[in-house]
Amino acid sequence: MSIQQLLPLLLLFPLIGAFINGTAGKKLPKIVAGSLATLMTFVSFLIALTIFLNLDQPVRSLLFTMIDIDSLHLDAALYADNLSMWMTLIITGVGSLIHLFSMGYMSHDKGYYKFFTYLNLFIFSMLILVLGSNYFMLFFGWEGVGICSYLLIGFHYDDEQKGLLNGLAARKAFIMNRIGDLGLLIGLFLMLLSFGTLEYEQVSRMVLVDKILPNGNMLFAITICLFIGATGKSAQIPLFTWLPDAMAGPTPVSALIHAATMVTAGIFLVVRSNYLFHYAPFTREIILYIGLATSIVAAFIALRQNDIKKVLAYSTVSQLGLIFVALGLEAYTTAIFHVTTHAFFKALLFLGSGSVIHAMSGEQDIRKMGGLKDKIRITHITFLIGTLAISGFPLFSGFYSKDEILGYAFGHSLTIYILLVISVTMTAIYMFRLYFVVFHGTFRDSKDVEHHVHESPLSMTLPLMVLAVLSVIGGVLNLPGIFLHGSGTHFLNNLLNKNVAGLDQIHNVHPDHTTTLILMGVAVAICLTTLFISSIVYKKKGSVPSEDAQLSAWETFSNKKMYWDELYDILFVKPIEWFSKVFYTIVDSFILSGIIEGVVRTVAFSGDIVRKWQTGKVNSYILWMVFGIIGFITYYLIKL
Amino acid sequence: MEGTLLNSGVSLQFYIILATIIFCIGVLGVMIRRNAIIILMCVELMLNAVNLLMVAFSNYHGKGDGQIFVFFIMVVAAAEATVGLSILVLLYRNRKTVDIGLFNKLKD
Repeated sequence: MSIQQLLPLLLLFPLIGAFINGTAGKKLPKIVAGSLATLMTFVSFLIALTIFLNLDQPVRSLLFTMIDIDSLHLDAALYADNLSMWMTLIITGVGSLIHLFSMGYMSHDKGYYKFFTYLNLFIFSMLILVLGSNYFMLFFGWEGVGICSYLLIGFHYDDEQKGLLNGLAARKAFIMNRIGDLGLLIGLFLMLLSFGTLEYEQVSRMVLVDKILPNGNMLFAITICLFIGATGKSAQIPLFTWLPDAMAGPTPVSALIHAATMVTAGIFLVVRSNYLFHYAPFTREIILYIGLATSIVAAFIALRQNDIKKVLAYSTVSQLGLIFVALGLEAYTTAIFHVTTHAFFKALLFLGSGSVIHAMSGEQDIRKMGGLKDKIRITHITFLIGTLAISGFPLFSGFYSKDEILGYAFGHSLTIYILLVISVTMTAIYMFRLYFVVFHGTFRDSKDVEHHVHESPLSMTLPLMVLAVLSVIGGVLNLPGIFLHGSGTHFLNNLLNKNVAGLDQIHNVHPDHTTTLILMGVAVAICLTTLFISSIVYKKKGSVPSEDAQLSAWETFSNKKMYWDELYDILFVKPIEWFSKVFYTIVDSFILSGIIEGVVRTVAFSGDIVRKWQTGKVNSYILWMVFGIIGFITYYLIKL
Repeated sequence: MEGTLLNSGVSLQFYIILATIIFCIGVLGVMIRRNAIIILMCVELMLNAVNLLMVAFSNYHGKGDGQIFVFFIMVVAAAEATVGLSILVLLYRNRKTVDIGLFNKLKD
């Protein structure tokens, strides 16, 4: 089969899975529902792999025409180039592993079939997002993953204790995303206005070949609107507070949607539109600083969080900020490289935390854990690998991708490099803190819980092991030129430069070997020092995160999430509530009700007057009639 | 118009004055009197005032159509009187009176 025929199949399988589980899932045994969903995603992965290996030129596969009028032509078409196929591989690959994990993790849940329906639907939407051939398809998938995210965050909405909170978290995520979506939508309209089309191929040809560009302001407006969309989906300042709350969802969801795939949609959007951003340097500056700020702020907040998933959530926000810095520096391939390695190790960490939570009978507070390293061995080893990878331990995947970003930052400006190093250092600090507090020291929860601690079943540990391997060797995908000269290095760079519009025209200068070596040395030194200090503080001395009341000022500041939620409450929620009250009392109850009641009163009053004329006596009616006639006659006589 | 004599030898303005007087008597009778039968008669009076005018003007213009129209009005008036009288008969059977001051059911 040709690639054009395979592409729709790629999308079809998860959709079939979602359809079967959504309609008949309730009657299917759990094992069938779960296996079906996992299998469908895995088949998608195999198809994606086939296409990926056989892809030379970008391929467009038309499904049907959606709108065809004079001013607008919209196709539902799929578009495969190395960028979209690479994303597809991540989505379906990591997706299959997480599906497999969920089969074990969700085994006690009554909404099992529903969960897998949503999960497959999510994979389908995400594939539409990355494989669509125009911005409208992207938007379609964008909304699709949004709704799946909403459904899955609020999955346990009927929980007795936390049901309401879960629902609120889902709503928050949805509303925050809507704000970003509005930006994206306006961006698309502006793009339609200035290019007359939303097809990637046509827009990129106009910009790159024909050099037809809208004027500077328009281009700035378009790119900034796209970026606003990206801040919503990819949890950047100012729209990032939904992501930590999204951890209310089941852990596999956090791993799949809120770490590995959906939140990278914004990055994909920017990389996809790189030729637009290339001509909008001011927008790139904004992206750079927003990314930098997000990275540091989120890392700082993560320092004193005590919920295992919250730490990882803020870590995700921080890493996404790092990737946006890379985007701001036009290091698009590096950004995708970090997206890839981040997908590996963050999915690993989340699944690992899921395994820990599973072992702890649902407890998420790290202050109650401790000493788990001998009780759940596989989880421990894989979690350690994930921690080392994200902290940039030498030769692990995170080391390479993070180092590349740092290298570009160094080439751009020293200040940004130093700020990034601070962020990276904090990342290492909170990750090692998390690791040591959870797995070392002594167990701190009740004996009852300790008795229950057990290693997870194979369906959960297998994805952990696969992801651990990927987290270790992921760096091979894009080795810097320093180790090997010639072939084998910069695999991903070359791959994406090959047939992705725009990327082939950007030639980033890699830092020279000496600089790279020095930067690597700095990174390694930071990682090892942090590891050393953390192991002394948390392992040797066995200190435990203190209770909220005993925190010092900056710790409270970090623990309370820098009061972002409170700030938004004061800035947006309170004023809106205040305005609502004002509008309610003045406009609604005074002006609007006043008008309506005034009309009613006037009618009633005039009715009272007129009613007196209706005597029921024929004589008086005739009297009035005669008066009327006389009146008319007089009037016409005067007029004559 | 002044001093124009019709075929009868009377000038038109007298016809108009007479018709106006008869019409006013009719209107006043309808408004003032309470006996329903007299009211009906007053209605006929008004109609006939109009008929008189019709004939007079028809003659004045030397055309016949006004006079033909009068026949129509007389037929309609006859029919109307029939209906009106039969309603009155029924009213009388119910209320034992033809005083329209007591017939104020229209108000309800």
